Amino acid sequence: MAAPCVSCYAALSCRLFLGGRVSLSQKQGVWKAAAAELQTGTGSQILRLRHTTGVSTKKNVAALRRETYTVDFIKKQIEEFNIGKRHLANMMGEDPETFTQEDIDKAIAYLFPSGLFEKQARPIMKHPEQIFPKQRAIQWGEDGRPFHFLFYTGKQAYYSLMHEAYGKLLEVEKRQNQLQAKGLFSEKTKTKDLIDSRWLIKEELEEMLVEKLSDQDYAQFIRLLERLLTLHCGSEEEFVQRFRRSVTIQSKKQLIEPVQYDEQGMAFSTSEGKRKSAKAEAIVYGHGSGRIKVNGIDYLLYFPVTQDREQLMFPFHFLDRLGKHDTTCTVSGGGRSSQAGAIRLAVARALCSFVTEEEVEWMRQAGLLTADPRVKERKKPGQEGARRKFTWKKR
Amino acid sequence: MLRRMTRLLSGARQLDPGRFLHRGSPAPQSLDAHLDDQRPRAVSCTSEDDPARHGEQHAALHYHIPLQDLKTVFPQGLPPRFIMQVKTFNEACLMVRKPALELLHYLKNTNFAHPAVRYVLYGEKGTGKTLSLCHVVHFCAKQDWLILHIPDAHLWVKNCRGLLQSSYNKQRFDQPVEASIWLKNFKTANERFLSQIKVQEKYVWNKRESTEKGSPLGAVVEQGLTRVRNATDAVGIVLKELKNQSCLGAFHLLVAVDGVNALWGRTSLKREDKSLIAPEELALVCSLRKMVRNDWHGGAIVLTLSQTGSLFKPRKAYLPQELLGKEGFDALDPFIPILVSNYNPKEFESCIQYYLENKWLQHEKAHTEEGKKELLFLSDANPGQLERLCAYL
Repeated sequence: MAAPCVSCYAALSCRLFLGGRVSLSQKQGVWKAAAAELQTGTGSQILRLRHTTGVSTKKNVAALRRETYTVDFIKKQIEEFNIGKRHLANMMGEDPETFTQEDIDKAIAYLFPSGLFEKQARPIMKHPEQIFPKQRAIQWGEDGRPFHFLFYTGKQAYYSLMHEAYGKLLEVEKRQNQLQAKGLFSEKTKTKDLIDSRWLIKEELEEMLVEKLSDQDYAQFIRLLERLLTLHCGSEEEFVQRFRRSVTIQSKKQLIEPVQYDEQGMAFSTSEGKRKSAKAEAIVYGHGSGRIKVNGIDYLLYFPVTQDREQLMFPFHFLDRLGKHDTTCTVSGGGRSSQAGAIRLAVARALCSFVTEEEVEWMRQAGLLTADPRVKERKKPGQEGARRKFTWKKR
Repeated sequence: MLRRMTRLLSGARQLDPGRFLHRGSPAPQSLDAHLDDQRPRAVSCTSEDDPARHGEQHAALHYHIPLQDLKTVFPQGLPPRFIMQVKTFNEACLMVRKPALELLHYLKNTNFAHPAVRYVLYGEKGTGKTLSLCHVVHFCAKQDWLILHIPDAHLWVKNCRGLLQSSYNKQRFDQPVEASIWLKNFKTANERFLSQIKVQEKYVWNKRESTEKGSPLGAVVEQGLTRVRNATDAVGIVLKELKNQSCLGAFHLLVAVDGVNALWGRTSLKREDKSLIAPEELALVCSLRKMVRNDWHGGAIVLTLSQTGSLFKPRKAYLPQELLGKEGFDALDPFIPILVSNYNPKEFESCIQYYLENKWLQHEKAHTEEGKKELLFLSDANPGQLERLCAYL
């Protein structure tokens, strides 16, 4: 096995591990796995990149198999991660005991600034559980007999989960029948509000069970859980909640400007808006007669085109407050249409402070509070514009 | 796409794009429209058709101009959009507004012994200066004044095809086409005066033709119309004669010029060698400038500033100082400025009512409060903008 290695020590250990139960995929460029294994005496280090080209006797069949990591290996990684975390905390001058994952992320971003656009390509330091994919331990003993009784179904985790769920269902039914027989059954049981949570999606369930599922399996499982829910089981809530994830309501994230009061006691609210390259700032007064001044000029003179004035009208018209607010805006940049759009966004955001939360949600659904992300697309080389190609000439 | 804006329905939570046009059941809304028709037209129109009797109580109401009058009094001078509206509605209705009422009041109390007072109507674009001028002209026509109405002075300083070197004064330029058009319209407007007024000098046109002293003004006008080359000179003569004779008191003279800032601005006309012509070098402009000077008495001068047809002036300019420039301002000083502004709520309401009564606004929401508020916002109570909004596409 003569292959260029960083150190022959590495090659030696590589060979030693080859015989073991773990088969490392020996494709070119496998870096962390081989290298990290071999740092026996080097102690605490943050993940070090060491390129070791794998030694391979067989052909590249192994490339198709996923890399498997031993339990010891993972444990070692976790130890190293923790030690590395403490070192990092020391480096940054923080307390190692209370160094959280967010602090680690911030520290890494500070120490290794990266301009890459793809966020997942930037340097990360996370707990090994999040980096290494979860793998199943070897499921049969030395004599070749599997540990789990459902091993030969092929999807042991899934079927055992189905068994468990169905078992709980039967239990609940039995209990309810008993209560009914005794006459103590009460219809009144509160069901937990399910509005802000959703079922696990298939990918999440697969990740949880470390097993591939089919769509029908997934659907069957969810149906079973729903059936469990309909039986008003108070005791199995915890079991079911394991399979639900919370969903944040979008509108709660909307930032509402507080209403300010000027010297005369008139309520007003300020906010900004952007569209393409136009920036606008609008001050909406609580009471008024519907006058709008843009950069000190009446809006009829500033926007001679009706389309722009319709854009300005949209937030007020939507909330039925056409003649009730006075507005003063400043706007710069962009063209006439983008200035109108920027002012519209600013005015809509400012109006949020005068309006109930429900109406804010309606505005958000109408699209008044979303900044338009469209910008001018870049021109590409070999083309005349962003999409337009040069005239095609046959010869 | 913007027309299908979602609206909040009070109480109901449906966000139905495109359905807000048909809110509610269709039946009651058509009944509503019928009721609107049967209401008397006194809401936006008044029956007082004589401008002389218009007063405060007629403010914001429309009054009729008989179509016959329209042809004689206004052969020229009405804005083109207004003419289209007259043709559509088959009637000419003008709104009585405060600036016009003010002017009428001044005119009724003019002292004809004093030099002619100059009144300048100014205001933002589309506020109704030209139509106020037309209202005043109608009043004066009814009062039997002699109307000297130049519909748009800007037409004389731009886009002229045939420029001739003036025979009267070698440095000046003649504009035969514009002059002849104006003479024709002047003749239509003031038929009865043309035979009464007599020329006070002899004018020699060329070797063969001349107008004797004492011949009616109509002869000069005819000469200008038949011999187009002399049209500009004819115009000059007419203006001079009228100015001199109005002092005698036989008639009252109203000089009404729309877009008077053209006389002191720049022109876009070029000589054959592509050099620009100054307004002073145009004979028509010169004669008009002399007319607008207040060195005569026996009448009044009503002028309007206009940015719309002006050359080389920024869009937002509307003040006399900006539009006239220093030269024009000094030439017109002293004058009485009258500001024409956007509709006040009463006038706006009246205008909408007028459109509704003529069944011009067909949208279901046009007669509701929300519809009116929308129109008010979009047009910002500007008469010109409102008219454009309500126009057909």
